[in-house]
Amino acid sequence: MAVGPASIARPAPVAGRPVTLRGLLEREGVFSWLMLAPGVLFLLAFVAYPFFYGIFLSLEERRVATQGVFVGLANFRTLWHDAVFWQVTRNTFIYVAVTTVFKLAGGLGMALVMNQSFRGRNLVRAFLLLPFIVPTALSTVAWMWILDPTFSVVNWLLVHGGIVGSGYSWLGNASLAMWSLIVVNTWRGMPFYGITLLAGLQTISPDLYEAAAIDGATTTQRFLYVTLPVIKPVLVIVTMFSVIFTFGDFQLIYALTHGGPANATHVFSTWAFDIGMSAGQLGMGAAVALSILPALAALIVVLTFYLRRE
Amino acid sequence: MVGGRDLLSRLGRLYLPLAGFVILGLFPFYWMLITSIKPNRELYSQKVMPLVVHQPTLKHYIDLLTETNFLTWTYNTLLVAVVTTVISVVLGTMIAYPLARMRFPGAAVVAIGVAATYLVPQPLLFIPMADIINRLELGNTLTAVMLTYPTLLIPFCAWLLMGYFKSVPRELEEAARIDGASRLQAMTRIVLPLCTPGLLSAGIFAFTLAQNEFLYALIFLAKSEVRTVPIGVVTELIRGDVFYWGQLMAGALLGSVPVAIIYSFFVDYYVAGLTAGSVKT
Repeated sequence: MAVGPASIARPAPVAGRPVTLRGLLEREGVFSWLMLAPGVLFLLAFVAYPFFYGIFLSLEERRVATQGVFVGLANFRTLWHDAVFWQVTRNTFIYVAVTTVFKLAGGLGMALVMNQSFRGRNLVRAFLLLPFIVPTALSTVAWMWILDPTFSVVNWLLVHGGIVGSGYSWLGNASLAMWSLIVVNTWRGMPFYGITLLAGLQTISPDLYEAAAIDGATTTQRFLYVTLPVIKPVLVIVTMFSVIFTFGDFQLIYALTHGGPANATHVFSTWAFDIGMSAGQLGMGAAVALSILPALAALIVVLTFYLRRE
Repeated sequence: MVGGRDLLSRLGRLYLPLAGFVILGLFPFYWMLITSIKPNRELYSQKVMPLVVHQPTLKHYIDLLTETNFLTWTYNTLLVAVVTTVISVVLGTMIAYPLARMRFPGAAVVAIGVAATYLVPQPLLFIPMADIINRLELGNTLTAVMLTYPTLLIPFCAWLLMGYFKSVPRELEEAARIDGASRLQAMTRIVLPLCTPGLLSAGIFAFTLAQNEFLYALIFLAKSEVRTVPIGVVTELIRGDVFYWGQLMAGALLGSVPVAIIYSFFVDYYVAGLTAGSVKT
């Protein structure tokens, strides 16, 4: 790959000079690969190998502690004809799509509000990020209690505020459970959008707004034609990352609903866990997990292209 | 100087929405706190106003610390977080440095490979990983999670650090090398010290992510004595009977404290790390 101009520091090969160990270590290629080797080997062993091993497992009928039998695409064929599989697919896409829209809209709002100057802004920013840094499983159990069927504080507020006559079963009703997950995920993920977009907003020079104001632009026009174009790259990248990570979300759903009631909130990761770990069908579980690969690969390709173009 | 009109518009554009974000963001933590200090008769009564505590008690905390393995879980969590953070920052640095500052055959492939491993989600890996850990006979050991967490953290640290390493001018390194420093010395004495903020960001981030990790710990740590806080709280403190919420919230709150403390000391580095990847591209 050394096609660019060689760096000045590269030692020129001098005829007749003996190759010493030190001289060898000073070569860019040798030094670089020695540096890289431990990390790269680690990632090959614990990411690349499991990834390909997972593909291999998905082609087997295999239970825990037994020899696998190669079955080709039979696992995928079974899934294709399984109604639960399609429900899980739909759940995953709804979960990812709706939370992304909420987090994006809420995060943009948060960033715009925070982009005004006021006293104690850094402190507020630190507090707003708390939901994002606290271990998800722990904040999720707080939400479990907030949404408890009998003692939900949300229900208490709704009932005592005179808004409804009796409380809802937030986690027991199929569509409410999905909405509950969406709310909790939005609560956790929105600060990531908010703070990152805020950093993007802060790169906008005030001169641009002044120029726009002189030209008679309204607030909306300034947002559409100054703010948005400048933060668009940040917006796209943050969203893509968030979508990719939301696709892989596990602990929030596992802790809050366990995929229930009746599979209504199962996504690929929790369903793969139930099949692969709880029921011990490693092959089928691996097949379920791999089913997110096409959507994920498409996203990663789009992201890579975008990053290259920037 | 501020007229009533200005104040009103500032109220609508700043203070009200800000209050909304802060209240929504922090309410669950407030709820954890007051639940954890309420006596059971307040927790499980439909008649008592639930938004405040009437007769605070530390009973749930005492029970948590004496009747469960919470302290062991805390120790495990911190041990795992520290070890994985060190591994990840060191290996991440060693990957990022050549990628950011050297020309060598294969650089492009490694760069793409590292980015790809960063984006591969855990659910794609945990089933084969469980089988691999079983075959290595590492089930129910902290080594299992110390080996698997860095798979998420190394690519992240490498990605974050590359930006910092690129920002150090080449001339500084070259001056050192003309003075006789080796490549390794130029790295450890010149470039790395200049990138201290980046290394701190990577470390803090890795530390919080390591404490947040759940799936691998859930699969590999089935015995109570080796569990981490999130797993212990979710699998052991949620019991069949109804009356466990005080203890559960005490656990959730105490489990969040180490992260929150580290975070409060290094907020700026954390925010820098968070935004570096997306803003600096």
